[in-house]
Amino acid sequence: MEDKNKYSIIIPTYNERLNIALIVYLVFKHLRDVDFEIIVVDDGSPDGTQEIVKQLQQVYGEDRILLRARPKKLGLGTAYSHGVKHASGNFVVIMDADLSHHPKYLPSFIKKQLETGASIVTGTRYVKDGGVHGWNLMRKLTSRGANVLAQTLLWPGVSDLTGSFRLYRKSVLEDLISSCVSKGYVFQMEMIVRASRKGYHIEEVPITFVDRVYGSSKLGGSEIVEYLKGLVYLLVTT
Amino acid sequence: MKHIVKIMTLLVAISALWGGLLQISMVPRSHALLLPIYFVVCLGCYGLLMVGVGLMQFPTCPQEAVLLQQDIIEAKKYLKPRGVDVGSD
Ligand SMILES: Nc1nc2c(ncn2[C@@H]2O[C@H](COP(=O)(O)OP(=O)(O)OP(=O)(O)O)[C@@H](O)[C@H]2O)c(=O)[nH]1
Ligand SMILES: [Mg+2]
Repeated sequence: MEDKNKYSIIIPTYNERLNIALIVYLVFKHLRDVDFEIIVVDDGSPDGTQEIVKQLQQVYGEDRILLRARPKKLGLGTAYSHGVKHASGNFVVIMDADLSHHPKYLPSFIKKQLETGASIVTGTRYVKDGGVHGWNLMRKLTSRGANVLAQTLLWPGVSDLTGSFRLYRKSVLEDLISSCVSKGYVFQMEMIVRASRKGYHIEEVPITFVDRVYGSSKLGGSEIVEYLKGLVYLLVTT
Repeated sequence: MKHIVKIMTLLVAISALWGGLLQISMVPRSHALLLPIYFVVCLGCYGLLMVGVGLMQFPTCPQEAVLLQQDIIEAKKYLKPRGVDVGSD
């Protein structure tokens, strides 16, 4: 693949002791001939995630795995901006540590970007070759309902608004982060809607999503209310 | 233009169309008066239909969970002897 591009993979973690080791291994397995670095933004996980990251640095090198920790849990949105500040690549990949986002798709993100010259490549679960595993009927229903509502009201031009497995041109990500104010779940949606409104070239690649094996989904009543608020917010501000 | 303005414009355009229809009384007035209700009902049906179709065609990938388990075993096998604590078993 192209040699002048460098990819900074930002992985926010909070209590991902086991997952971070697995994901780092898989990233190195699937990105062979690519210049990349992994930036782990850990928010002082009490389970010792950072200790594992240091062990991984011994295996893979401190220049390939950067630990950019913060003292306490400060939330996902700011974790991204913190990571970007330390990114040395011209492209940034954002992915979750919990193995819902499988590193085997990284080459297809990179390939898609090289082919199309897009500023953003976003992973989508709702197309052919994409998919989700491990959701019950209720989870699927909320997901579809949320998607139909957002598609009808916002016309975003992307099929999967809340997925967060994405590749960004670094300058574009910086621009978007500085113009997005939402927190948590809505943040991903705001990023892609604003990107679409700003006219950035967005491409999609299919990904599969295996729900985290440990713990249950946090999508409860309060998340739905947050989501609806986010939708209204985006309606009137973008 | 804010997105809400676009949607409002669309709604205003549709209302204007409806108002016009009432004026020229091409269709019986009693029918024309009911049109907004049909519109809302149609919109609701469309939403339900889309959600229903989406649910029925929800793409799943059970084989991916199996592959992931294999990847996890492989990763542990590689990392353990290299001094990374990947837990027991
Ligand atoms: N640095 C940092 N990372 C976080 C924080 N909250 C979540 N994360 C990480 O962000 C990623 C996504 O969080 P998840 O808890 O998986 O959120 P989710 O995918 O919406 O919900 P699940 O159904 O539990 O998977 C994971 O890698 C988490 O470890 C935080 O406050 N700070
Ligand atoms: Mg997750």
